[in-house]
Amino acid sequence: MSDVVEKTLSALPSLLSLDSQAGAGKLSPSSKLGNLIKGITELTSKHEEETLIKKELESIKEQVASPNTTMRQMKEIMVRAIYCEMLGYQASFSYIHAIKLAQQGSVLEKRVGYLAVSLFLNETDEFLLLLVNTVLKDLQSTNLIEVCMALTVVSQMFPKDMIPAILPVVEEKLTHPKEIIRRKAVLALYKFYLIAPNQVQHIHSKFRKALCDKDPGVMTASLHIYLQLIKENPESYKDLTGSMVTILRQVVGGKLPLDFNYHSVPAPWLQIQLLRILAYLGKEDQGTSEMMYDVLEESLRRAEMNHNITYAILFECVKTIYTVHPKSQLLEKAAECIGNFVLSPKINLKYLGLKALTYVVQQDANLALPHQMTIIECLDHSDVIIKRETLELLFRITNAQNVTVIVEKMLEFLRLTCDDYSTIDLVGKVAELTMNSVFSLGGDVMQPDIPNNFLRLLAEGVDNVEDRQLRLFAVDSYVSLLQGETAKLPQRFLQVISWVLGEYSYLREEESDPGSVMRLLARLLDQRHTSTETRSWVLGAMTKLCSSPVSVALARDVCERYLYSGSLNTVLRQKAQELMILSQDTKLRARVLPAEGRLESPEVDSSLSFLDGYVSDALAAGAAPYKSPHQRQEDLVQEKALSLEPYGLSLPVSLSSCSITDRRSPTLLSMSSGLSGNSTELSHQEGSTTLKLEGVKRVWGKDGYLAQQQSAGETPTPLVELPSPLLSPQSPPSQKPSSGLEPDQEKRQLASSLFVGLGSHNSVCLVRLPSTVWLFIKNCQSANQSNVVKSLFKPFYINSCQSKNHGSFVKVSGIFAARKSCQTDDSCCFPPQISCISGSPLKEVKGHSVSVCLHTVVMKRASVQVELAGLLSYQRPLGQPQAAQFSLSLSLKHFLRPLTVSTGDYGKMWLSFSHDLKQNLRLVTTEHQEPLTATLDALKGKLHLHVVDIIGSEGIVACRLLQGPGQGQPCLLHCRVHADSLAVWLRSPVPELPDSLLYHCQKALTET
Amino acid sequence: MQFMLLFSRQGKLRLQKWYVPLSDKEKKKITRELVQTVLARKPKMCSFLEWRDLKVVYKRYASLYFCCAIENQDNELITLEIIHRYVELLDKYFGSVCELDIIFNFEKAYFILDEFLLGGEAQDTSKKNVLKAIEQADLLQECCMTDTVSQSFSMV
Repeated sequence: MSDVVEKTLSALPSLLSLDSQAGAGKLSPSSKLGNLIKGITELTSKHEEETLIKKELESIKEQVASPNTTMRQMKEIMVRAIYCEMLGYQASFSYIHAIKLAQQGSVLEKRVGYLAVSLFLNETDEFLLLLVNTVLKDLQSTNLIEVCMALTVVSQMFPKDMIPAILPVVEEKLTHPKEIIRRKAVLALYKFYLIAPNQVQHIHSKFRKALCDKDPGVMTASLHIYLQLIKENPESYKDLTGSMVTILRQVVGGKLPLDFNYHSVPAPWLQIQLLRILAYLGKEDQGTSEMMYDVLEESLRRAEMNHNITYAILFECVKTIYTVHPKSQLLEKAAECIGNFVLSPKINLKYLGLKALTYVVQQDANLALPHQMTIIECLDHSDVIIKRETLELLFRITNAQNVTVIVEKMLEFLRLTCDDYSTIDLVGKVAELTMNSVFSLGGDVMQPDIPNNFLRLLAEGVDNVEDRQLRLFAVDSYVSLLQGETAKLPQRFLQVISWVLGEYSYLREEESDPGSVMRLLARLLDQRHTSTETRSWVLGAMTKLCSSPVSVALARDVCERYLYSGSLNTVLRQKAQELMILSQDTKLRARVLPAEGRLESPEVDSSLSFLDGYVSDALAAGAAPYKSPHQRQEDLVQEKALSLEPYGLSLPVSLSSCSITDRRSPTLLSMSSGLSGNSTELSHQEGSTTLKLEGVKRVWGKDGYLAQQQSAGETPTPLVELPSPLLSPQSPPSQKPSSGLEPDQEKRQLASSLFVGLGSHNSVCLVRLPSTVWLFIKNCQSANQSNVVKSLFKPFYINSCQSKNHGSFVKVSGIFAARKSCQTDDSCCFPPQISCISGSPLKEVKGHSVSVCLHTVVMKRASVQVELAGLLSYQRPLGQPQAAQFSLSLSLKHFLRPLTVSTGDYGKMWLSFSHDLKQNLRLVTTEHQEPLTATLDALKGKLHLHVVDIIGSEGIVACRLLQGPGQGQPCLLHCRVHADSLAVWLRSPVPELPDSLLYHCQKALTET
Repeated sequence: MQFMLLFSRQGKLRLQKWYVPLSDKEKKKITRELVQTVLARKPKMCSFLEWRDLKVVYKRYASLYFCCAIENQDNELITLEIIHRYVELLDKYFGSVCELDIIFNFEKAYFILDEFLLGGEAQDTSKKNVLKAIEQADLLQECCMTDTVSQSFSMV
């Protein structure tokens, strides 16, 4: 019959075209399906659609159940059922009828039946068993179309267990005279191979016959199987290399019938398939690879037409060239090809170019170098997909030198993205980078902010499933690291590990015994190479983990060793003692380590008010009053007029008596562990985290002395950042461009930092760095905040604003680091609200050196916030003078200081001040304190006010504003608890001060 | 290829073909998410998406989006051409195809797809062959109808 059909087909081409048009009749509004579809398009609401479809399904159900429904009607009904399913409504009652239609219908009805089955059912569906006999019957039919339909359905879905039943018949079809049948049979076998490889093992020789089939379609189909086979086991198929190469050469040479051309490219699908097979065959095999060099080169050469399809082939070709044993000539051409992709204005090609680069840089990172600028542009591309691929690329070229910038970029992306999947993926990569390359390469000398950033990311995430997974991932990977050889891991990394394990080990507790982490940590303590600082981190982690009986026993064991076997380090003894006490006292444990409270961040009382009683007792007992480090420093200076040892790190008392439950991010921890005022520990601090000051010292001549003296009183953290631009040529991470900036400049800068370390000695960099001057501006604020402002000016970088309360003045200092020598001088222009009362001029800055200048500023007129703007002009030895602007915003609270007065004096002052203001503020409520005390404490902590006295429900508070040399202008506050709020009455001799201060009070209380 | 979806600019599904076994629930979830993601993309953006662990290749033809999910090591550009070839086939069969053709004759669109892609792999890249196979089956339809018509006549 099929022959008859074919004859008719060839004899009546005109009729055919008419037929197909009739078959494609635009609408058949009279049909039931047509009505249904039309009905649905006319509806306006989802609800109406539901009602209509329900009605439709009811009527379908009725009809399929009726014995009078003919197969022809059934076919039409089935189409409607498919439509309903596509809209998302279940028509499961019709499944069985679909099978029935496939079984009993005529050829055409069968076709719809099979279609419905393949759309409705799954490979695992039991209904499919009912279809096996039908398929078997159809496979053996003399009707070509029925055989085709049966083969189509088996290659889409067939129950795995039933394959043996039909396998012989399908196999038989491999020798069928019609190529369409042979082709479908090959594809069906391919499908069988995928779901049950063992069952088709015996017919591998028949696959070879299919590969040699005279019909290109059948041959192409057989390549699917071979691709799979070769991918799994390339060794067994090396002998096919010659045939594959020959086939590809013929295809590329245009030997196939023109039918197989696609947009005048010969059989592109076939070409790509062959290229992929060659890649698997030639991988790590020089001999085999040599056989294919010629044909690969020819493929590259032939694919020159400007059409997507040629690019598809080129892309695959490049991939193959980079997978097989390398041949320099080919590699060059492939690299050129990638270049064309990357530079293409077509976004799809650009994406593939990046993808190809990602693939090839794993072999040769230098390949990324010529495309630096493009990569930088792609990093800021509006399309997230491009951005992500670029990050992926950067991920591959990460080394010890550029890791900072790349991790920063990734974190930046993370902050913007909201897609869970990519977040997890990327965070995994960040973690991997941080763990592997940074820590093991950069380890101890690395800046502390990378691990801190990473840990902050871990700690700050909202408590959802993804974050838990991420933390668990970190914990798991660290545990497995500790189980291995730990001797080579850098100390800083071990510290990070300890912290993470301490914080998040509970996440995995369910699945492993709780003692395992504890044991690993204990092992770490036993090792000789573990530094004392790391040991104290480890003990800290153990303290947090000390909750289960096993852990307690272990902890006790460890502590005993530390306490009794004579460790000389006081910090360790202290921590061990704490742990010991904790392990012995169950009640204390329950209070300190609440099971639920893990994720709440604790309140930190930075004013240390809970120590007040202790302090006053000590004072009464005759102890010397506390002096701030700054004061101490000044005393010191007074004693020895010209101290040349400004770096005897004098340290402020940090808030860290390192409370056990302190769950802050370790930015603070890392500092505080080193700064807890303990001399033994200090020496370590110097050894591990501290700064490389050699470069700085040299340039701080006589003029810089003032700066030395002042900055010596600061925390060392800002200093740590100084040397970074000098030590490595990379720019500070994540500058934000600001107005008036030449974008190119910035990109180059970024490029140089991203691609540092690639190529030999950096000299290969195509983009040369302009000589750069760095500007760090520090402003001074209160002790515990480090407000990092980053902005970028051409060609200056205001890197960071670190801050510190200096007693009497707010100081703004600029530090200028030059990479090439140049002249600088700066002029800060102070708007009316601020005035500068002292400043140090800038001098010539030699290459790779730093110059520091400090300005002391005060607030002339009280206002909520002031902008400090400045202009820095500088001149390179042989260049034009240039200038850069910068600005800095300072808030009133930076200029406030506590005013210590007696209650009597307060009363006198109160009466003499004329400007006043009254307002109700909200009360702060805490568990342990009276609302009034709590509120005043909050204000005191945030705004540096002095609480003069509290009597009953009233409190008096005083502060002063730095307005010039001397004490500054006072502002007094009278507070009274009234119902649920705090009635505040402010008085000051300065007109604007009460108003501005009130604003900050409101803000401070809202934030609490 | 893992699956192919056709949907309109309004997000209405017009055709779905799954080459991997998934439960109805998963299919619905994937469809919903993917349609949303693709519709949210701007016209100048690239046609590839990294989506979960898959790569999604999509292209818009008039009011219809054609969207394929492939594995990571697959060639994106050739997938784009598979979509294009499918559109060419539809166009040739329907004669300048439009969304309405596919809405009202979706079963035909499925038949053409099955003839072009089998089990997720391009089975025949020759346009002529695909159309020949479809037309053969269609012609059969006409024959049968003539048969039944003549049968009913003879009964009369």
